[in-house]
Amino acid sequence: MSWIGKTYGSALGKKAAMALSGLLLVGFVLGHMAGNLKAFLGAEKYNGYADWLREMGSPLLPHNGALWIARVVLLGAVLVHIHSAWSLTRLSRKARPKRYYTLTAQQATYASRTMRWGGVIILLFVLYHLAHFTWGMSWAHPDFEPGNVHRNFVEGFRVWWVVAIYVVAQVALGFHLFHGFWSAFQTLGLNHERVNAWRRPLALSIALVVSLGNISLAVSVLMGWVS
Amino acid sequence: MRLKLHIWRQKNANDGGSFATYARDDVSPDMSFLEMLDVLNEELIESGEEPVAFDHDCREGICGSCGVMINGSAHGPESGTATCQLHMRKFRDGDEIRVEPFRSRAFPILKDLVVDRSPFDEIIGAGGYISVNTGSAPEANLIPVPRDDAERAMDAAECIGCGACVAQCPNGAAQLFTSAKISHLAELPQGRPERFARATKMVEVMESYFGSCTNFAECEAVCPKGISIDFIAQMNREYLRSRFK
Ligand code: FES
Repeated sequence: MSWIGKTYGSALGKKAAMALSGLLLVGFVLGHMAGNLKAFLGAEKYNGYADWLREMGSPLLPHNGALWIARVVLLGAVLVHIHSAWSLTRLSRKARPKRYYTLTAQQATYASRTMRWGGVIILLFVLYHLAHFTWGMSWAHPDFEPGNVHRNFVEGFRVWWVVAIYVVAQVALGFHLFHGFWSAFQTLGLNHERVNAWRRPLALSIALVVSLGNISLAVSVLMGWVS
Repeated sequence: MRLKLHIWRQKNANDGGSFATYARDDVSPDMSFLEMLDVLNEELIESGEEPVAFDHDCREGICGSCGVMINGSAHGPESGTATCQLHMRKFRDGDEIRVEPFRSRAFPILKDLVVDRSPFDEIIGAGGYISVNTGSAPEANLIPVPRDDAERAMDAAECIGCGACVAQCPNGAAQLFTSAKISHLAELPQGRPERFARATKMVEVMESYFGSCTNFAECEAVCPKGISIDFIAQMNREYLRSRFK
């Protein structure tokens, strides 16, 4: 285990941990988006999917077992992602104590320049999203009914400003994914002449699929296309 | 050409420093940027003032001595050139030009535009070499090198160690420099035996001085030798593999 500690002790090790935890989270947001598209198939299919998530792995795992394993792993990934980002940001801040009068941006993308604050926005959104649909806190979701996933989903997106919050957060997530996914290749040293040209388009596709998929859900309810 | 220069003046490492403004009205577009500063300095000396200190040596883009921030870009607006290769015709009549030293905690300002880049030497000292027995030079063709490997090694070896990558990086990171130095040896058979120890040690020194790369790619844009950030990925790979050795 000590080599993990030693590797994480270095900045490149932290970057690698950030990339690996990020890739895990990319996998999650992809699956989360794809699963939730079942909402378009109606209440029965959607609630059935939710039940299946709770029974996943049975009889090997108890009721809710796989769900809790996933939650613990995701929480771990989020904590690693945030801790590494935090300490590397501090390292970079320290590296230039006196700022330039002007520093002209050369070719850095908007997405790359908003990773840190974009990440903060995404974190705040995730907390709101959990309060909204998982914990069903009354300030976030007044009509929450535990277990009735489809109804909570439809009621939850009837308010325009709730949908607005989701749309803004998904745009932030899209930018974060666009730079983050590409950046993970660099960080993990996964470059090769034959794949380099594919890295940007792949990152763009993932960013678009995830954020547009999620936005389509919230907007469809607001427009009355799903009920 | 008429130009207005705002140049960072700082007496010594401990001085706070500030910008001084110099109006120039007969700058030839054929001058290099450093020649333009030479003429300014001659006038300053004549009028009994302290000339502007700046680093330079070869003045043909091969030594890596020169380097200042010109309007927020390391080595100025032209890509693929060092400050000494920049010509005044790249500016327009009436332009205001702001000249600042490279800024990094690792590069303390010694005077005006001159900074101390010795942490780069320390990174090289940590592993930017190969261990060979001295004596007569070995026969060059005894060790075959695949052409593509040689090309990549040469691309990396173009780095002149000017520090523009650090200067431009919003994180103050030295990834481009260090990765070029690691890669050019890792690509060649002579450098391979020590590759992992080299990556470990050079990265360690780098991290003790510089910030952390977020893959902005700003370094690549200002590098006078056009070193690619592909080498940064290669360094990351070398380093991560060294963790498993
Ligand atoms: S003076 Fe040698 S590279 Fe500019």
